[in-house]
Amino acid sequence: MSKDNQVLEELTSKEYEHGWTTNFETDSAPKGLNEDIIRFISAKKSEPEWLLEWRLSAFRQWTKMKEPTWPNVTYPPINYQDIIYYSAPKQKATPKNLEDVDPELIKTFEKLGISLTEQKRLTGVAVDAVIDSVSVATTFKETLGELGIIFCSFSEAVLKHPDLVKKYMGSVVPVNDNYFAALNSAVFTDGSFCYIPKGVRCPMELSTYFRINAANTGQFERTLIVADEGSYVSYLEGCTAPMRDENQLHAAVVEIYAMKDAQVKYSTVQNWYPGDKEGKGGIYNFVTKRGLCFGDGSKISWTQVETGSAITWKYPSCILKGDNSMGEFYSVAVTNNYQQADTGTKMIHIGKNTKSRIVSKGISAGHSQNSYRGQVHIMKRAEGARNFSQCDSLLMGDKCGAHTFPYIDVENNSAKIEHEATTSKIGEDQIFYCLQRGIDEESAVALIVNGYAKEVLNQLPMEFAVEAQKLLALTLEGSVG
Amino acid sequence: MLTIKNLQAKIGDKQILNGINLEVKPGEVHAIMGPNGSGKSTLASVLAGREEYEVTGGEVEFLGKDLLELEPEERAREGMFLAFQYPVEIPGVSTINFMKTAVNQIREHRGQPALDAVSFLGLMREKMKLVEIDQSLLNRSLNEGFSGGEKKRNEIFQMAMLEPKLAILDETDSGLDIDALKIVSNGVNKLRNKSNAVIVVTHYQRLLDYIVPDFVHVLYKGKIVKSGTKELALELEAKGYDWIKDEVSVA
Repeated sequence: MSKDNQVLEELTSKEYEHGWTTNFETDSAPKGLNEDIIRFISAKKSEPEWLLEWRLSAFRQWTKMKEPTWPNVTYPPINYQDIIYYSAPKQKATPKNLEDVDPELIKTFEKLGISLTEQKRLTGVAVDAVIDSVSVATTFKETLGELGIIFCSFSEAVLKHPDLVKKYMGSVVPVNDNYFAALNSAVFTDGSFCYIPKGVRCPMELSTYFRINAANTGQFERTLIVADEGSYVSYLEGCTAPMRDENQLHAAVVEIYAMKDAQVKYSTVQNWYPGDKEGKGGIYNFVTKRGLCFGDGSKISWTQVETGSAITWKYPSCILKGDNSMGEFYSVAVTNNYQQADTGTKMIHIGKNTKSRIVSKGISAGHSQNSYRGQVHIMKRAEGARNFSQCDSLLMGDKCGAHTFPYIDVENNSAKIEHEATTSKIGEDQIFYCLQRGIDEESAVALIVNGYAKEVLNQLPMEFAVEAQKLLALTLEGSVG
Repeated sequence: MLTIKNLQAKIGDKQILNGINLEVKPGEVHAIMGPNGSGKSTLASVLAGREEYEVTGGEVEFLGKDLLELEPEERAREGMFLAFQYPVEIPGVSTINFMKTAVNQIREHRGQPALDAVSFLGLMREKMKLVEIDQSLLNRSLNEGFSGGEKKRNEIFQMAMLEPKLAILDETDSGLDIDALKIVSNGVNKLRNKSNAVIVVTHYQRLLDYIVPDFVHVLYKGKIVKSGTKELALELEAKGYDWIKDEVSVA
């Protein structure tokens, strides 16, 4: 066996760093899904009647829908009756402030490197932390409140800002949009809500951190971001889960609504547990993310670094309805071992002079399969629309796969569309060149991969970029082929 | 510094080196010449530790260590530098970033602390002057879109940064016009001192007008068939390689 192959086999030596669990008492629903479970969830969250009805209607539609089979991924059928749809760390009462939060929870997040204590203001990031089904803490609320910015858990928003929630929830991702969105609409448990008022530039990064802790539990969170006219917000999302043998389901919905001249930048570093070296366990990540550039001149930018999950099914998209609106999608998706990713974006050009830009960098190693799937649709009315797409794939070793499925539909002849695609392998020449300069193999791979993904990593806020770089190196440790 | 004894190596089933003997002492410049396919670049690659080549016999001692036992990166950290004939492109990685990683890994190996940004920049500025290279080139992705001359100059810049004990220049003159050749040679000459050594692998005598060797060796069919001083290079230039071939076949 050549040295490279040996190193390839050593892939497994790298254990998932966040694979521990916390033992706090949980308050759970019984396994299974039916209208009673939905009523249970709704009651647990003291929801208004309209929301319960909304959920039940979503559930009824979901029961008539079929799980999509078009993604380039394979997995055994999911038994939706074998999942716990609600699990919450037990707290005596809803925490009024951080002092009331279970210290075990705080410790959990500290272990993840996420500071919930507002004393540590240095980081300048406001965090909403979600464990299993509930949001446990949101920081910097008061500072943000002074500017009229609402940043809180979804459950809190339902109770305190029902008008906003009612108006915008489901306006970008309709209940029956797809199988997993319908499921989420029926059983979503928590998530984050964010409203940026007219003309306000949010002074700090807003961040939600998701963690699945309990076993056999699905996580179904919803995020809703509404950016009023001329406002700006940069939003970060991070996620981890313990190592478990069984697969766990994560089906989230993220909706972004941007009004005239509003700008929203949404960055994700996804590090759900990917399963072990044989492909056992790991999170099924079936997520619907969509932004609506409703107003003229609005802009929504998605940046994602996808390193985790056993299966990723995710297409953060932009509907460019307003004239001169703009959508961006920057993605690095890394798969290793037996991970499967089918990810990309949709850019729907409706308004005039709308622009979109897609930069996708796939990296496949081990026995993994990595697919880019993207759609650019220029509608009839979209005079002067432009799109630029670049889809690159990098292969490491000879047991993995990279696939590209671009769909382009043009109904207006004035459209300009560019599409570039490359596939490359990390060359032994590149590695040797690094070795000859005294750089060890792991650092060489990290250097080359980070160079390859640079255009996307550059889009991330500074601190996140550093984390993402480390994560890329970690995910690919020893995977040279 | 470097002692090669009866070194033999093959790639696939093809035997390329058939017993090389060479002794390089500190302060010396050795030129390895020879016709195409004689094994010049193979020798350079084997010394640097390229995996595709299998050493089938012989020994190499480098600064008191068994070179063949060392991994490629360890050889580099011990002070061996190979200026590549075809420098490799690494998109998205600037020369500066690349060198910073290399310098600090070598320093770590030597038990020295990593250089902070300011000291690194200072070192870089100093070496840039030495090899007459522009910073804008070093900010760009490594070797991507570089001209032949820029690539070679960048190799010499890296050599300056890493301060090797033994530098092997593999056909560094190939693809260079005369101005670039002068600049590259000047850089190498400025880096020479009593404690380091250079092996120049070249097909042509031209480079040796600028980097003057102490010894010239002719490699043919994987063996050093003739050694001499710089006059040997001139003779080769005048007569070509055929007389060497004839001499070998007669013997």
